Amino acid sequence: MAARNLFEKVWAEHEVVAETPDTPAVLYIDLHLTHEVTSPQAFSMLRASGRKVRRPDRTLATMDHSTPTRREQLLAEAQIPLDDAAKQVRQLEQNAREFGVELYGLGDPRRGIVHVIGPEQGHTRPGMTIVCGDSHTSTHGALGALAFGIGSTEVGHVLATQCLLQRKPRTFSVEVQGRLQRGVSAKDLILAIIGRIGVSGGTGHVIEYRGPGIAALTMEERLTVCNMSIEAGARAGMIAPDEVTFAYLADRPGMMQGEAWDEAVARWRSLSSDPGATYDRSVTIDASAVEPMITYGTNPGMVLPVGGTIPATQGNAVFDRALSYMGFHGGEPMLGKRVDVVFVGSCTNGRLEDLQAAARVLKGRRVAAGVQMLVVPGSQLIKRQAEELGLADVFRSAGAEWRESGCSMCLGMNGDTVASGAYAVSTSNRNFEGRQGVGARTLLASPYTAAASAVAGRIADPREML
Amino acid sequence: MEPIRQIRSRTVVLASSNIDTDQIIPARFLTVTTRSGLGRSLFQDLRHLPDGRPDPQFPLNRPEAAGCTILVAGDNFGCGSSREHAPWALVDHGFRAVVSTAMADIFTNNALKNGLLPVIVDADTHRWLIDHPGAEILIDLEARRLTLPDGRSSAFPVEAFARHCLLNGIDELGYLQGKLAEIERYEAAHGR
Ligand code: SF4
Repeated sequence: MAARNLFEKVWAEHEVVAETPDTPAVLYIDLHLTHEVTSPQAFSMLRASGRKVRRPDRTLATMDHSTPTRREQLLAEAQIPLDDAAKQVRQLEQNAREFGVELYGLGDPRRGIVHVIGPEQGHTRPGMTIVCGDSHTSTHGALGALAFGIGSTEVGHVLATQCLLQRKPRTFSVEVQGRLQRGVSAKDLILAIIGRIGVSGGTGHVIEYRGPGIAALTMEERLTVCNMSIEAGARAGMIAPDEVTFAYLADRPGMMQGEAWDEAVARWRSLSSDPGATYDRSVTIDASAVEPMITYGTNPGMVLPVGGTIPATQGNAVFDRALSYMGFHGGEPMLGKRVDVVFVGSCTNGRLEDLQAAARVLKGRRVAAGVQMLVVPGSQLIKRQAEELGLADVFRSAGAEWRESGCSMCLGMNGDTVASGAYAVSTSNRNFEGRQGVGARTLLASPYTAAASAVAGRIADPREML
Repeated sequence: MEPIRQIRSRTVVLASSNIDTDQIIPARFLTVTTRSGLGRSLFQDLRHLPDGRPDPQFPLNRPEAAGCTILVAGDNFGCGSSREHAPWALVDHGFRAVVSTAMADIFTNNALKNGLLPVIVDADTHRWLIDHPGAEILIDLEARRLTLPDGRSSAFPVEAFARHCLLNGIDELGYLQGKLAEIERYEAAHGR
């Protein structure tokens, strides 16, 4: 058989009906994750047409986007402040009950951001197909799954049939050589990759991240890299499962044991791209040359090393508009720019290692006067772990707010927003106009850089504080 | 769904590239549990001045935009979030087609499922359209051609099955459910 890459193996295993020139493939979906924002219309469609959820055992629901991060609101001691958000939460509770879907609801200790809890609770496994009505579903590819975001109509298709109609995407190899340097994180690596291939460079493709620079990453770092594949236009990003993956999986709740585990590992090992496998496109990046990165514009491709200078305008109207939205000018250095808000959290950087990185910088230091810093764990489990490890105390004594898990300020749906005109250094994934609040100015960076900038009250290079 | 064969309209032009779905419909309007009425919030933050009044210069707010059903947009339209609220808002506003040089994958899929035609044209045709807002053009789905007012026309690609469904007003879910026997066979054979 011809040499196949990781994506081609997973795709072939899930083809119920192969594609033809006239019809897309029918692709089987192993795991369907749902949340409160993109599922209501799909459940309503099922109800209106008298359909059932075909495989509730392959469907899991959680609440994350519009949920409050203040404890009193979460415990329902106080009302969720936004009526419509409260209604979405109630509706998902009702839909889950009515259709027999398991829900990690508001009071559940397993609840969290959908892309954090899938891997954490052992649902995400190598070789699976995973979809969710959410573009950052690409995150799950870090374990060797084919995972991508879909729209609400497709959510309905998967609920009703456990399948999707799909054209086979092209493949894109991103090979990472070398190792990340001290103070440089997986977030900086993926921002550098996006800067290199552009925000639409991956459109129509599934990215496979490979090479020694990827093999050297921890599981959590790999999740950060795959998470932002969509910011390069790719619906999915994948990393072949290896010893790091298996060690991570072995600790997960509900994981198979004994012989079943050994068989699974043998199967997962065979998913790696064959020697000689080919890709439609490829680039090579040197991780050792990557520096702490920060965005200066209104898409994640407008990114620089933190010590860099904003490019001078090339008379490009879109570029000019982005700079004017940000209140920046060509030729200005990023270091020393004003910071009003710092957000550490999201499905990109809301895991334990991310919180540990931020805490390393903050320990024994204080958030600068006039800066609001919010630390929002990616899940309730991470929240408990961070509290046990004393990280929460570090954040609180530095003057940061420590919250319940959720998407929070990543997209500002739950009331946690950035004021118009304010500068927010954020560990999330999108710096689009208005993403964190009307008129909010977002600068994407790593947890190290975010924490260092909180302490300095200005954009700072974290390597000076480590 | 209503079959679509041809769309003839004057265009509205938003020349910016990378118009993401947060700009098409900001997240604070996603707390809905139905899909109707989102047209009101389409391009909300682009359409309004900082003081909240409608921006009279924004192309969609200009009187000549009334009744236009074709939107011409810059590169990489619809990037970002997978929210289907984006095509729902565009369709609710009255758009039937979006023309660009490139569109995001998830947006393209979502648009096709809602009778909003994503039309990818060559750079020259796109340039002409950007430079001539309000031009009356014809998009012919059956012929897969976009025709400019002077009669020049160019081909555009559209996935064969989505085209078949749009031309005939077929719901893709019905087709997928027709494969139930194959799905059951797959589940039995693959231990699903
Ligand atoms: S944290 Fe942000 S990017 Fe991730 S799922 Fe939530 S809203 Fe989406």
